[in-house]
Amino acid sequence: MSIDTDPPPSSGPAASASGAPDALDLESVRKVYKMGDEEVVALDHATLRVASDEIVALVGPSGSGKTTLCSIAGGILAATAGRVVVGGRDISGYNEKKLSAFRRESVGFVFQSVNLVPFLTARENLLVVDEIGARTGAPARARADQLLEELGLADRRNNLPGQLSGGQRQRVAIGRSLMNDPSLVLFDEPTSALDTKLGEQVMELIRDEMKSRGIASVIVTHDERMTHFADRTVHIIDGILRA
Amino acid sequence: MKLALREMRRRPGRFVTATIILTLIALLLMFLGGLLDGLVSRSTSAIKAQDGTVIVFSSTSQSSFPSSRLGADQRAKVVAVPGVEAVGGLSVSQLGARVPGNGPRDLIDVALFGYEIAPKGVPAPPPTGEAWADDSLQDKGVTQGMTLALGPARTPVKVAGFISGLQYSGQATLWSSAQTWRDVQNANRPDARSADGVFQAFVVQGGSGASSTELATSIDAATGGSTKTLGIAAAANAQPGVSQQTSTFNQIIGVTIIIAITVVALFFALLVVERTALYGVLKAMGAKSRTLFGGVVAQAVVVTLIASAIGAAVSLALAAAIPSGSIPFTITTVRILSSVGYLLVASIIGCAFSLRRVLRIDPASAIGSAS
Repeated sequence: MSIDTDPPPSSGPAASASGAPDALDLESVRKVYKMGDEEVVALDHATLRVASDEIVALVGPSGSGKTTLCSIAGGILAATAGRVVVGGRDISGYNEKKLSAFRRESVGFVFQSVNLVPFLTARENLLVVDEIGARTGAPARARADQLLEELGLADRRNNLPGQLSGGQRQRVAIGRSLMNDPSLVLFDEPTSALDTKLGEQVMELIRDEMKSRGIASVIVTHDERMTHFADRTVHIIDGILRA
Repeated sequence: MKLALREMRRRPGRFVTATIILTLIALLLMFLGGLLDGLVSRSTSAIKAQDGTVIVFSSTSQSSFPSSRLGADQRAKVVAVPGVEAVGGLSVSQLGARVPGNGPRDLIDVALFGYEIAPKGVPAPPPTGEAWADDSLQDKGVTQGMTLALGPARTPVKVAGFISGLQYSGQATLWSSAQTWRDVQNANRPDARSADGVFQAFVVQGGSGASSTELATSIDAATGGSTKTLGIAAAANAQPGVSQQTSTFNQIIGVTIIIAITVVALFFALLVVERTALYGVLKAMGAKSRTLFGGVVAQAVVVTLIASAIGAAVSLALAAAIPSGSIPFTITTVRILSSVGYLLVASIIGCAFSLRRVLRIDPASAIGSAS
């Protein structure tokens, strides 16, 4: 793993010690927004590698570019320049359609405020991933049941989000992010709406679940207190990454 | 799609308003259609029942029975046309009928037909001085064997029996032999006397598979242009007032469909606005705009089908409850299905207004504004 700012690194192979490709490899990525005649640089030559089982906390204040980086890593936004490789797949030149398919197949998201579908049960929220994607049916149902079991939600599978506690909803969201067997899961401010104690429990849960499955994750947060749950912390200020 | 249908099952309350409004629109559409069908049926069912391929009028009559006159020489020319198998005279007089027991000024409007080829649902012509009566006359006290006094001359015509559902120009019909009709016509309309062998129109039967258009062209050519020949449906629609009624009602039905499109468009546009955050999350997870829009359309179609089913049930109940002879309301399967079809098209067009909004939802919105 390596962290660099401008200029981009020319460092080592994009592979972890296990030989698996890096979960995320950003090379000199730029994102520029046009605001009328002006150009706003949201991400400036960001270079970041995340190994296949690594948990990285991405910390920065509001407007620093951390959400932009997370969006580019997840294939939600296309970079203006630079190279984006996720799980060995170079998505830099993908159009909107390909990015959409990439998100369905290869990456998991846990959104701020969890964002479960309110009228679906815990199990159905996991199955949404299959319904908008491959529609495999029985295998997806089996995987959803297995994930709910592993996340300790087997007896809550038929509950609606409104009938679950905050921690249980977070578990359902994690389960949903794992449904497509991703190489990378992106967490957007998972503790922003929680008090310190509950925030720590959620971070512990994320660390345990990701580590036990060997899945890499990037956790976007502005809360420094939560960073010790990650293997590594990367700071971002004004679109520039700093170790 | 599954997601959209589950939402309807779990949150039916969200769709109640749209379902109620669309049900009222469906009911209005079917009621207007039923009224149109009822009015047209009351004006033309006697013509539509003619057992022929075409009906021949004189060319100057504008296909109106009272204005048309056809003589024996024209009949001979029509009979000689290749493909013609049978020709029967058909004439009609609209008169007031006095029912025994009613007051002298208590007249019933009737249309007396004189016919040679029996229309569908009507037996062969009864003996002279008798007529088959439409069963709607029973509601006005007419019974079998009763003698009605027709017109100012009070020409007696005995009711031989009843036939069902044949009306002309909004009036109940009586069906008699050509001779009986001529006796009544000549006694009551001295200004429009009809000589033997003269009819207002001819009903022509062509061979099996004969095209009404080709037969009409051949007949009009054979009579040197002195006739105007129409297929049965065209002849019915050519009767005075029918096309005006149809066009007026169709315009009202058209406006109702535009209202349905507007209701669906507004309702589902609001729903899509409400779901912007949810759609953003689903798009971030890789959902296609097509899938999300398909869900919106599926919901609109389900709401429309439920509204149509309720509308159809109420329309059928209304049809059963309305006393015969009062409001001209006829509900048919074709009318119900066409109304449902129009509503389905309206709901899909209405949804299309939300398509742009769905396409424009940015998946990046799911993880907050770019920071």
